[in-house]
Parts: sequence; structure tokens; C-alpha cells
Amino acid sequence: MVAAQILQYVLSGIATGSIYAIVGIGFNVVYNSTGIINFAQGEFLMLGGMIAVSLQGFLPLPLAIAAAIAATGLVGVLVQLVFLSWLKKPEMLRMIVITIGLSILIREAALHVWDEKVHALRFWTGDETSSLSLAGARISPQVIWVLAVSGLMVAALTLFFRFTVTGKAMRACASNTAAARLCGIRASSLVTLSFFIAAAMGALAGCVVSPITQTQYDMGTSLAVKGFTCAVLGGLGSVGAAVAAGVLVGVLESASISVLPLAYKDVVALTIMLAILLLRPQGLFAAIGRRPGLLGARQDSRR
Amino acid sequence: MTAGTRNVPLLLVAAVVVGTQVILSALKADFYLTQLTMAAWYTLLALGLCLLMGYAGQVSLGHAGFFAIGGYTAAIVSTAGLAPWLSIPAAVAVTAVVAIVVGVPVLRLKGHYLAMATLAFGFIVSRIILGTPFFGQADGLSDIPAYPLLAGLAISGRRALRVQNFYLAWFVVLVGLILALNLVRSRAGRALRAIHGDEEAAAACGIDVARHKLAAFVLSAVYAGLAGACLTHFNGGIGPSEAGIMKSVRYVALVAAGGMANLWGTLAVSASLTFLSLRGVFGLFDDAVFGGLLVAIMLFAPNGVFGLLRGRHLLPTRVRARRDP
Repeated sequence: MVAAQILQYVLSGIATGSIYAIVGIGFNVVYNSTGIINFAQGEFLMLGGMIAVSLQGFLPLPLAIAAAIAATGLVGVLVQLVFLSWLKKPEMLRMIVITIGLSILIREAALHVWDEKVHALRFWTGDETSSLSLAGARISPQVIWVLAVSGLMVAALTLFFRFTVTGKAMRACASNTAAARLCGIRASSLVTLSFFIAAAMGALAGCVVSPITQTQYDMGTSLAVKGFTCAVLGGLGSVGAAVAAGVLVGVLESASISVLPLAYKDVVALTIMLAILLLRPQGLFAAIGRRPGLLGARQDSRR
Repeated sequence: MTAGTRNVPLLLVAAVVVGTQVILSALKADFYLTQLTMAAWYTLLALGLCLLMGYAGQVSLGHAGFFAIGGYTAAIVSTAGLAPWLSIPAAVAVTAVVAIVVGVPVLRLKGHYLAMATLAFGFIVSRIILGTPFFGQADGLSDIPAYPLLAGLAISGRRALRVQNFYLAWFVVLVGLILALNLVRSRAGRALRAIHGDEEAAAACGIDVARHKLAAFVLSAVYAGLAGACLTHFNGGIGPSEAGIMKSVRYVALVAAGGMANLWGTLAVSASLTFLSLRGVFGLFDDAVFGGLLVAIMLFAPNGVFGLLRGRHLLPTRVRARRDP
């Protein structure tokens, strides 16, 4: 029984962790193309979940999710075009404060469009009572969905950056914007695209976890902090490392529930992350010797 | 500026404080003084954050955490049956200790990392308060006694003490302002601005960067803790929303709108906006107003509202202050 219990914690930890990883990858995608940490990244998950929840009443679930992804992606594009695109070489403190302000605006807009209640999307297959048995552990089929969707997202993103012209152009911009421009790459539209990718990915992640963790207008901040830690643990640049970091953090968090009251779940997770952030700001896997990140790690000269 | 003219703005602020009270009392509208007193305590925090963000250049997205630590410590100590004068010193001491414990490791981080770490700190404080029955969870702590100062004077929300508390709060704010102004003009203040400009260059000039950053962090946390403790005695209670992320962001917005490295601007913006917010002028859009303000200021007027006016020649240019490195 004990082994089954551990497996259960590990599986649910991997599921939540993979969501943190998706947030972290969202940070990476935007950071690599702009040098900006978008503090509103967590809000994209909330928006995706909320929009899909509102649409599920009169649209089939897949369509509702697709619409939520498109709408959130559009929000990401608007955020970049309206607020950020025309700032040339902004000071970092200024960018932090602007994206924090944007996250508040998105959150407050969500509070007024929807409400302060907890919402949940339908389970993608089955309902809250259905479960699969795996080596004695009982898990919700939605956990499988979370794992499959985040796995697919990571794979798709990897292929996109490796093999498509646009993806390669984005990597070129990340490693040297000036040189990329000289090669005829339109850097500015790629930045907009990176916001679209980050927002759309966030929305899909928000939809896939909504049945398990629910969606609330103020969920973005803790997701952003956890996702950022994953991105940092992964060394701000590599997708695979962010996933590994996310899974590690998720498993630690779900294990903490077995020892401490549920109310302290975030406290435990954030304390662990703060500790990691302080002890290994260079990333968890830096010592192993990093392969060039999938996005080509941007030189973080400001640190 | 000579020593004589330097004090003119301070006397002006004091005159505004006195004038406000006289006019409001004459108009029998002295109920406004309650919110103006609360605004004073929040302004004290904003001044501290201005020192940290504007002058030392260290962002903190967790200052509501320090405010709450001060407030909850005062609440717990003053209801524990100890000497009544103990609560505020205890609140300041606890806040300072937490600031040191948090600051030593966290201030090694820069930029995004520091912002995220302080955000996480604020989040942890608010989650601990919400999750612990000892802190009253979502209900907060209430029935906090007044803080006795002299015979007949106490930090208290009682109607009879309304005018006294108004003057007391603004007196403390003015003391805090004078302290901050002197600090900024001192050797330590120049060191902080050098650190803001370039840490490595500052270190090369012989400035102990880590120590100065920590000192600024702890001082601004003490301002926040003192403000939290005093407001808790004034309101007779404190709730978990005081530790919320929104509060921290709001304080950053006040400092940003004041012009970041501008104590006078922070004072003016914080006093007016906090008062309006406490009067409920922004209604349901209270948080949205501060979020919007933050974005608008940082996009269009990174030097704050007064910087914008000065740029348009609507305000006299200060010759000296902006020319510093």
C-alpha cells in the first residue's frame, strides 16, 4: 500500500509539476526573444481556463478550448503590441513594474468579467469520480491528459524551434538580434509571435488543469512564481531542464501535503523554491554542463 | 540650497497638515481625518519603499508582508497580557529581524530574480496568515487595544482622539521623511545611489554593497512594520488582506507614481491616492486603478507625475536633484 501511495503522490506531483514547467517554458519563450520576464505569464493560464469554462455551456469542449487558446493568444499579442512593442531598450525595473501592472489589470478584468468564485472546466473524459488504476495507485484520467498535453506541447515546441524556419529565426534572434536583423529576419514580428506562443501555451495548460485544480481569477501570481522558479532551475533557456525542474518541484509539493496541512501547500512549495533560487541561481543543471538550450540560451548579462 | 531654504518644503507640508485639520474641523467634516490618519500610516510605508526602490534601486514586491508582520506582532503582543507599551517596539524588532533573515540571502539576487523572490516572500507571509488559526486565518485579529503614549494620548480609533491621532500620525510621517531626506543627502545615501547606478562600480569605489543594500532593506522594512503596528492599534485590528500581493503592488505603484527616487512625490501621491482609495472613491475598481496607474506611469512617465509636469514646464525644474549621477 505504501508503495502505491508514493506512486500516487509522484504521479500527481508530476502532473502539477508539468503545469509549472509549461509556465516556466512560457517565461523562457518570451525571455529569449525580448529579455523580458513577463510577470503576467500566470494570468494566461487563468484566462484560458476562465474563457473555456464560460464557453463550455454552448460549445463542444474541444471547440471551447480551441477558442480559449485563440482568445488568450490574442490577449498575449495585444499585450505585446499595445504596451511593450514601442519601448526601446527599457530599463529592467521598468519592465518588471509594467508587466506586474498588466498582470493586475488582467486579473481585475477577469474579476469583473467573471467573479471571485472558483470555476472548473468539465473533465475531458469521464468525471471527478472516474479513476484509472495504475500499479495499485488510483489516478484521475485528467492527470493522464495533463501529462499527455504537456508532453505534446514540449515536443511540438522542440520540433518548432529545431526544424521550422520561423523557429530557427526565433533562435537566431535570441542569440543575436542585430545579426539576425542583418540576415533579413524581422525581429519585431517574432517578438509578437513569442508572446502569442507563450499565451496560447498558457491557455492550453490552464484548460487541461482546470478540472483538477480549478480556475480562479487570482491564481496567476503563485503560478508565476512557481513557473519562474522552474525556468530558473532550468537555467532560463532550456525547455527540457524546465520540465525536469517542474516535475521535481511538483513532486516535492505533493509530498509536503502528506506531512503538513493543505493550507501550507504553497508555503512549502514557495519556500523550497526560494531556497533553490538562492542556492542555485545559475540553474540546477548548470554543473552538468549545458547543451546549448533549445532556444539558444540568451546571455543574461544583467545578472 | 542653504539650510534655511531647505526647510521651506517641510514647513509647507506641516502647514498643509495643520490647515487640513483646521478647515475640516471648522466644516464639521472631521470624519475625513480618520482616513487621512490611515493614509498617513500607509504613506510612512511608501516613504520607506521609496528609499529602497528609488534610491537603492532594489525592487520589493513583498512589502505588504513586512507591514503585516508589524501589524500582527503588535496585535499579538498587545493582547498577550504584557506591558502595553511593548507592542510597537516588539513589532519593529520582529520586522527588523525578519528583514535581516530574508534580506541577507535575497539581496544577493538582482533584477527579475529579486522581484520574484520578494514576491514569493510576500506570498508566503500571506499564506501563513491565512492558514494559521493563531493569526485568525481569514478573519484576522480584532479587539486590539489602543497603544498608550502619554496621559490622554494613545494610538486609538476613538472619536475623542481623532484629531490627536491625525497629528500624531502625520508627525511620525514627517519625522520619517526628515530622516529619509537626511539619509539620502548623506554619505550612505550617495552610496545607495551609486549602487543603484552600477553595483560593481560602487564596489570599486570602496562601498560595501551588500551592507548598504541590507541596511536600506531593513530600514524600509522597519518603516513598513512600524506603519503596520500603528495602523493596527488605530483600527483596533488587522486582516489578512493587509499581507496580500495586491497591497504590495499598490505600494510599488505609489512609489512609481511619485517618481521612484522622489520622497516628496511619493509623499504627495501616497497621501492623496491612499486617502481617495480609503474613502472608497474607486469603488469596485480600487485594485484596477492602482494596476492601471502602475502601467500608465511606467509607460508614459517613468519619472512620475511630477516628472511629467516638470518635463512639460508646468512645474519649476529642480536644478540640483536630478543632476546627481
